[in-house]
Amino acid sequence: MSLVRRIEEAVVQGARSLAALIEATEFPHVEGRSVTFVFQGEAQEVTLQHWIHGLPGSLPFRRLRHSDTWVLQLDVPPRSRMEYKIGVSMFGRGQLVRDPLNKHTARDPFGANSVVYGDGYSPPEWSLEDPEARKGTIEDRHVDSKVFGDWRPIKVYRPARFRQTRRYPLLVVHDGFDYLGFANLQTILDNLIHRHEIPPLIAILTQSSDRMHEYAADPRQADFLVKDLVPQMEQILPLVREPSARAVMGASFGAVSSLAVAWQHPGFFGKLLLQSGSFVFTEIGEHDRGPMFDAVVKFVNEFRRAPGRPAESVFISCGVYESLIYYNRSLVPLLQETGMTVRFREAHDGHNWENWRDRLREGLSYLFPGPLWLVYE
Amino acid sequence: MLSSAILLGPQRHVRIVQPAIDTLAATDDRPVALVSAGWEEREAEDHEFRDHVQRTVINLQVWARVERIFERDRELLTAMRHRHDTLRRVQELYRLRLQGAMEPTRELLRRPGDDQWLAAERHDALVMLQGIDSQHVARVAQVHAEFEQRWLPTERTSVQRERRDLQKKLTDVSCLCIAGGHIAVLLHRLRLFDVLAMHGDRPVIAWSAGAMALCERIVLFHDTPPQGSACAEVMEAGFGLVPDLVALPHAKMRLDAADERNVQLFARRFAPALCVLLDEGARIDWNGSRWSAVPTTNRLTEDGWVEEVGV
Repeated sequence: MSLVRRIEEAVVQGARSLAALIEATEFPHVEGRSVTFVFQGEAQEVTLQHWIHGLPGSLPFRRLRHSDTWVLQLDVPPRSRMEYKIGVSMFGRGQLVRDPLNKHTARDPFGANSVVYGDGYSPPEWSLEDPEARKGTIEDRHVDSKVFGDWRPIKVYRPARFRQTRRYPLLVVHDGFDYLGFANLQTILDNLIHRHEIPPLIAILTQSSDRMHEYAADPRQADFLVKDLVPQMEQILPLVREPSARAVMGASFGAVSSLAVAWQHPGFFGKLLLQSGSFVFTEIGEHDRGPMFDAVVKFVNEFRRAPGRPAESVFISCGVYESLIYYNRSLVPLLQETGMTVRFREAHDGHNWENWRDRLREGLSYLFPGPLWLVYE
Repeated sequence: MLSSAILLGPQRHVRIVQPAIDTLAATDDRPVALVSAGWEEREAEDHEFRDHVQRTVINLQVWARVERIFERDRELLTAMRHRHDTLRRVQELYRLRLQGAMEPTRELLRRPGDDQWLAAERHDALVMLQGIDSQHVARVAQVHAEFEQRWLPTERTSVQRERRDLQKKLTDVSCLCIAGGHIAVLLHRLRLFDVLAMHGDRPVIAWSAGAMALCERIVLFHDTPPQGSACAEVMEAGFGLVPDLVALPHAKMRLDAADERNVQLFARRFAPALCVLLDEGARIDWNGSRWSAVPTTNRLTEDGWVEEVGV
């Protein structure tokens, strides 16, 4: 008997049966591709709100036999992740809430969503704290920026067993504070370095207070990284001063900024890690993404007309549930034609931090392969 | 061949070098020599080892000696870099052919049944793999032989000076301990000075990459790498000072021992050598004629199992 049928029967049998069934079952309930969501509460309408491109943004729950129990069944592919909230409407007033029956949440700078794991998905073990892994350190600093005429807060990640006498590769991270908070970046760097999957490296985590403008291919941001940040860091940190040992990365607008930096200063960064880049372009007419995208579209259009050779290698990832998947796929052949080494990875996931977290092992080890096969401590 | 050696798993959490020294040099209170060249620039950071063994330790500083030689002898540095590039190329070419042969062999092992035709194909596929491995070992040996013939490293003044000093330091030690780390760095730097020949027949205790270096062949392995294929490969011949054994350090992390076919293939490919899992706490002793192991030390069997080495 299907789970929905069992819930319906429990509703008929009464509150105790229903409570027992709900108590004994994990929700959302995943069975192969089928996922069952349940919501209990007074409402006139209950919907599942998600951010999967191509699906209606609001999927209605079905009320069971005039009760306050609502169900929804969805087809969710194996090994996928879907973030969502539940919309509860009553007398014309709606409220978005996290699923009270779901223990899994995903945080981002705006709060948190509920998240359902498709069959076979679990957060990768290399993204979780490993007591065996030696820990790197994070130091708060700031960079004086001639370009912006102010100073910028940064965080410096030094790997475990850091030595001033050794020279390290450099990873510059857009939205770096968010990568720490929402994508476990420090834990992941610690783990990958501990496992020799990447070499010990120094990461500079940057954060903009006006990212929607500064990351939208603003030439000042490119100059800030190339003329302010990296030279100042090279003065105080033992960095390998070669493009092949420098990477810049980011997600969403951060990926746009990373590509724009590499395009405006070709060859300065040898490696790019671009996650769910907002690479919106128009071949004909105007775009429909709103004024916030004007500068992005202008840059991407120009880039597509004359890409040059911005770096040596690039790792690109994007979720197939994102509206940006088309733009990211379109970028791949273009980058390949420049002669860059390109790896593109799609995931059954959306535009969110855990998607970006889950791709970091492959992306970082692709750009910075570690001595995994040769070191046995 | 050594008359006594002990191979150990990693020493980070479960430190058992000291009891191993007590086994091999209980009544000999002379200092212990240490090679930690596999730690590279951290070579001198041996305080934990010193605290643990409670004996006088002479760190031979093999890594630092080579760095000094490189500063003085740029010609040798260039030649060694060139050899390094050649070895990488030889390894890449070997890997191409190896990967082509691995998947069909895996598939043959996966196929159900045990009839004579399947058995014959399995046998021949394994022989082919072993042939590819042996040819690779021979090619790498050729690279080293050509390097040594052309550059005569042991006759160079810069090397001789360090060798003389090493010889002196090794004169009065009870045993030699070789730590893990970067296997290629460790192997090539030990080889440049011929440290093991200098040490002669005295006991050796080695762990992780140090243990790999003592074996006849060095097998690199990882079943879940983030990039590339998960195909174990032979790096080159080791010093061959302990017989019939392939040392597999950190096997819990690197080897998918739950996959019966994987274990089968590993064990059969390197047979008759014993594939020994050197995880933390593992210890296997060589007394000059036979192996014995502590009960928690495991090996891979040709049937696809992991079992205690036994006595």
